[in-house]
Amino acid sequence: MAQAAVQSPAENEIAIQISAMNKWYGEFHVLRDINLTVYKGERIVICGPSGSGKSTLIRCINRLEEHQKGDIVVDGIPLTNDLKKIDEVRREVGMVFQHFNLFPHLTVLENCTLAPIWVRKLPKKDADELAMKLLTRVKIPEQALKYPGQLSGGQQQRVAIARALCMNPKLMLFDEPTSALDPEMIKEVLEVMVDLAQSGMTMLCVTHEMGFARQVANRVIFMDQGQIVEQNAPAEFFSNPKSERTRLFLSQILH
Amino acid sequence: MALTPSSVAYLRQEDAPRLPPPASMTGLQGWLRQNLFPSIGSSLVTILFGALALWVLSSIFDFAFLRAVWSGADRQACLGENSGACWPMVAAKMGQWVYGFYPIDQRWRVNVCFVAGAALLAPMLIPSAPYKNWNVALLFLAFPLVTLVLLTGGNFNFDLATYALVISLMLLAAVIVPLAAFGLEEGIACNKAGLGLAGAAVGLWFASFLTGPLQTTIGGTSNSLISILTGLLLLGSGALSIGTAVRRAPRGGFVAAAGWAVGLAGILLAMLLLDFDFGLLPVETPQWGGLTVTLVVSITGIVVSLPVGIVLALGRRSRMPIVRMLSVIYIEIIRGVPLITVLFMSSVMLPLFLPPGTSFDKLLRALIGVAMFSSAYMAEVVRGGLQSIPKGQYEGAMAVGLSFWQMMNKIVLPQALKVSIPNIVGNFISLFKDTTLLLIIGLFDLLGILQASLRDSAWATASSAPTGYLTVALMYWVFCFGMSRYSIYTERRLHTGHKR
Repeated sequence: MAQAAVQSPAENEIAIQISAMNKWYGEFHVLRDINLTVYKGERIVICGPSGSGKSTLIRCINRLEEHQKGDIVVDGIPLTNDLKKIDEVRREVGMVFQHFNLFPHLTVLENCTLAPIWVRKLPKKDADELAMKLLTRVKIPEQALKYPGQLSGGQQQRVAIARALCMNPKLMLFDEPTSALDPEMIKEVLEVMVDLAQSGMTMLCVTHEMGFARQVANRVIFMDQGQIVEQNAPAEFFSNPKSERTRLFLSQILH
Repeated sequence: MALTPSSVAYLRQEDAPRLPPPASMTGLQGWLRQNLFPSIGSSLVTILFGALALWVLSSIFDFAFLRAVWSGADRQACLGENSGACWPMVAAKMGQWVYGFYPIDQRWRVNVCFVAGAALLAPMLIPSAPYKNWNVALLFLAFPLVTLVLLTGGNFNFDLATYALVISLMLLAAVIVPLAAFGLEEGIACNKAGLGLAGAAVGLWFASFLTGPLQTTIGGTSNSLISILTGLLLLGSGALSIGTAVRRAPRGGFVAAAGWAVGLAGILLAMLLLDFDFGLLPVETPQWGGLTVTLVVSITGIVVSLPVGIVLALGRRSRMPIVRMLSVIYIEIIRGVPLITVLFMSSVMLPLFLPPGTSFDKLLRALIGVAMFSSAYMAEVVRGGLQSIPKGQYEGAMAVGLSFWQMMNKIVLPQALKVSIPNIVGNFISLFKDTTLLLIIGLFDLLGILQASLRDSAWATASSAPTGYLTVALMYWVFCFGMSRYSIYTERRLHTGHKR
């Protein structure tokens, strides 16, 4: 069923395979029977009402959250309790958070070079070069020597994207990247994300920016109460939602 | 009465000019008005306290300078009807206050330690000074050894049992290697056998106290079955721990194991150095005293308590129930007991854990007591700092692929310690002053030696005590104020204008 929605991504190589995955917070069953296959180069937007488990789902993909049942295989690496496998996955998966989570005691440049130097063992000079290249790509090379606290929200989120890209990830997770931003800053972050999507990066993005979903997504996934309720190509998803819950949700956020 | 659009509409025609602030906000006059005389009540308080401050300061000035006696050979000089501070007494006694009862012809050894310490500490405190790595190595490894040899005279004459004890303790410490290499949780999970053997060895060692006379050292050389068994268990535990670390992860494990080997070699080398006869006159610790003892005890306490406190704080926040429980028990027991009790315990109870032959120095026991005590407090200070770090920082660090210790070293601890600087330095300062309690177990710190010297009839005058206390208070104040200012400087330096 998922394949039907996928046309553009290359050769149907699988990036993420989630099968029969379940997760509980204590007694509470947050994720129920999640099955999802993400192909390389796919751009997926996940939406749904608050508390529907969309953030939890993408946080399971780099093991910021642990799942209790089912399998998650990321880039051929199964996620289990094995710390080495978790480290391998985290090296290949970049993540951007709602509240940026930049390191306030390090400069923008140091934020970007920290992981390449300590995890990828890149020489400092090469790491600096790489970081400057990516800061240029997100259009803030001139802020490299400032501290995150001296930047605007939009600039901080672009640094966070550059920081994730510095690890040269195979796929990127976005957890509501624009929800904490002032309206006039959302655009500059979305522009960077569109640019990234056009470069062929595999992306999973939890967002309420439906314009972004229409523009770049191959697939939109609607989640409610811990389940994947509906997924489809964006045009079809927005114009002809199949489930009652999706219709209700869309009517509330698109006015 | 409907509002017409024209009644609320407004359009600014030109920008309002930007003006300088009014005169009452700027200059000396503005400052005085804002800070000292903003209202009648405040003005009265200012005048009242100003007068009080003037009176106190002028009294001290009068006592310390105007009425002071500046020269003389003994108490006769200071017996005058209206004489103030007795400075010749300070000049005569200063040597004792600084060096205690250290032999006068050997005082140069203490001086060498003071000068070397200051020379190594100064570049350490200046952030831009070069060769920080060498500086750290010299200050924290070479300097304590040299100080130990110089102050005591070296030539410790360790016996074989002591070497065996140290090697056993290092084998016991090898269980930390996997923890350091793979993080707390994973390190425990992959080295259960090693930890089990270590636990059995420690249990056996404790059990040996119950069964018989204190003949057993941990893995010592006495021929009793228990001590041989303990030694074998420790050997197994150490070998397993190191083996696990080397086998499981080529990167972290090997480095940690190498670190352990270097540590063992370093400690044995240091012991050989301490064993060597440099021909210095031995000076027993009861002869030490005054500022020397204050500095030795407080600096040791400071240097030990910070790392131990960090480890305890991390332990208390660990998800491993046993690690957390042990940390909580240690912290809460020590914090629930006054320092004096800890000092008594360490001077009375610690020797029970050691074989009879080993004489255990009173000052050393006090040092251990002070370090244990301040570590528990430091742990809570650091834990407060750790708690101020939002979850997002951990997640950000994990998401870019940092390992547990990289995350701690690069992200969490720098921020947590920065937040805790005022409290950490507060602990340092109170520790520095708490050394005075050593008087209770018969060691003379700066204040203790002052009180001892006030009993000297050669300088018994009415103004001797005030002069002495004033001088010693000033000496304490210089050190504490220095620490306080340096902490403020560090806070400013590390401030990166972040709100997070």
